[in-house]
Amino acid sequence: MIEVRNVNKSFNGEAILKDVSITFEQGKTNLIIGKSGSGKTVLLKSIVGLLEPDSGDIFYHGHHFTGMDQNEKKKIRQKFGMLFQGSALFDSLNVEENVRFKLDMFTKMGKSEKTDRVDFCLKRVNLNNTNKLFPSELSGGMKKRVAIARAIVLNPRYLFCDEPNSGLDPQTAIVIDNLIKEITEEFDMTTIVNTHDLNSVMEIGDKVVYIHEGEKWWEGSNMNILRSNNKELNEFIFATKLMEQLRSTENPKSS
Amino acid sequence: MLLLEHIGKYALLIRRAFAKPEKHKVYYRQLIMEIQSLGINSIGIVAIISFFMGAVITIQTAYNTDSPLFPDYLIGLAARDSILLEFSSTIVALILAGKVGSSIASEIGTMKVTEQIDALEIMGVNSAGYLILPKIIAFVVIAPVLSMISMIIGIFGGWIAGELSGVVTTEDYIYGIQYAFIPFYIFYALIKSVIFAFIITTVSSYHGYYTEGGALEVGRSSTLAVVHSSVVILLFNLILTQILLS
Repeated sequence: MIEVRNVNKSFNGEAILKDVSITFEQGKTNLIIGKSGSGKTVLLKSIVGLLEPDSGDIFYHGHHFTGMDQNEKKKIRQKFGMLFQGSALFDSLNVEENVRFKLDMFTKMGKSEKTDRVDFCLKRVNLNNTNKLFPSELSGGMKKRVAIARAIVLNPRYLFCDEPNSGLDPQTAIVIDNLIKEITEEFDMTTIVNTHDLNSVMEIGDKVVYIHEGEKWWEGSNMNILRSNNKELNEFIFATKLMEQLRSTENPKSS
Repeated sequence: MLLLEHIGKYALLIRRAFAKPEKHKVYYRQLIMEIQSLGINSIGIVAIISFFMGAVITIQTAYNTDSPLFPDYLIGLAARDSILLEFSSTIVALILAGKVGSSIASEIGTMKVTEQIDALEIMGVNSAGYLILPKIIAFVVIAPVLSMISMIIGIFGGWIAGELSGVVTTEDYIYGIQYAFIPFYIFYALIKSVIFAFIITTVSSYHGYYTEGGALEVGRSSTLAVVHSSVVILLFNLILTQILLS
């Protein structure tokens, strides 16, 4: 479980996050949604410690993350897995070396044990015969899968995904979404996904938090999001004709 | 004020780079790769430039000292001292600031803008240590070797040019490069090459590490890395010359 309490963050005097408090639950896929520039990425970067909040606290299973020194943060980060928007695979390493990186750095495993673990993780994300390929030789969807394999290689307790579907076709996006949800349940992780993809919201959003102009505007499940009376949320959700039609199907009176 | 801010950020980054490694084995592997990438891959350019510069120094010295009062063996002496004192350390360092410095800044800068450095931090890895420390150690170790190679090939180039152009005989040249030889000059050149290697790797890493934006900014960081490394090298050349030769 991750708790964000009264977090504020501003850049050059402009408030980007305003008193945000959210609890992200373990074993669930928690989605942060919002328009571009609403503060989603700043919130996610504050949660993982890439940005320091101006005020407020972040707790990981009760441990006060924002109050930790760099060494303590480094230790807790070893329990993190993160999927970046651009995958952030290491260009100079091949697929196998990318996935094995954390094992090399933080474990005393033998070579064959590491190879088994890497193979397991790559198989788990449905990647075969790609071990020796370099990131430049992979498609966007394959890069995301390798990034997921790299994220789960040390059995993380927390998984963070920043726009996991950006740049992917709808079919591959669904595959990645489902993979995130499956591994969240399988490894009982606390997963936070930053997205503005409404398909993801409907597919995997156990808990959805809507951020608007740096404030938490709404939170609930994906089941409730279509029935919300929140004006800004509705403008965001029903911006496309497809979602408007979905609302009409769900609730004929609203059309 | 801005300069002080840069110096402060640079000092903090270098301090982080020298923090205790998470795993020595991984850093050692990185070190070997950097020795290959920064050092071994630079031997070719150092050799070519040193050969031709040695040749040019010899021919220019010969044509500018064409006098019966000036013995021919002094051409060898002039070529030797020019190569030992300045060329193989300072000029080679300036050339390597272009090759190695831009490569380091663009590599780390690209990693920064594509979030690979964030990925390292999220994993709990000290990105500054993992990326910068092996480069510093590798280049500080290999730079004196490059400097020695430059000295040998530069003096060899001078001999070939002198012989082929007929401005100096082999006997005079060999006598000249041995005449009034001060072994400390080699030590002086090697000390300078070590310090210049540290400057090139750290200044270039600093520019790469603090790159913000995209491809355009990576290019800008790369250019700044070369310019700033070169300026700092020239400044330290003056200081070291005063300290070591006074």
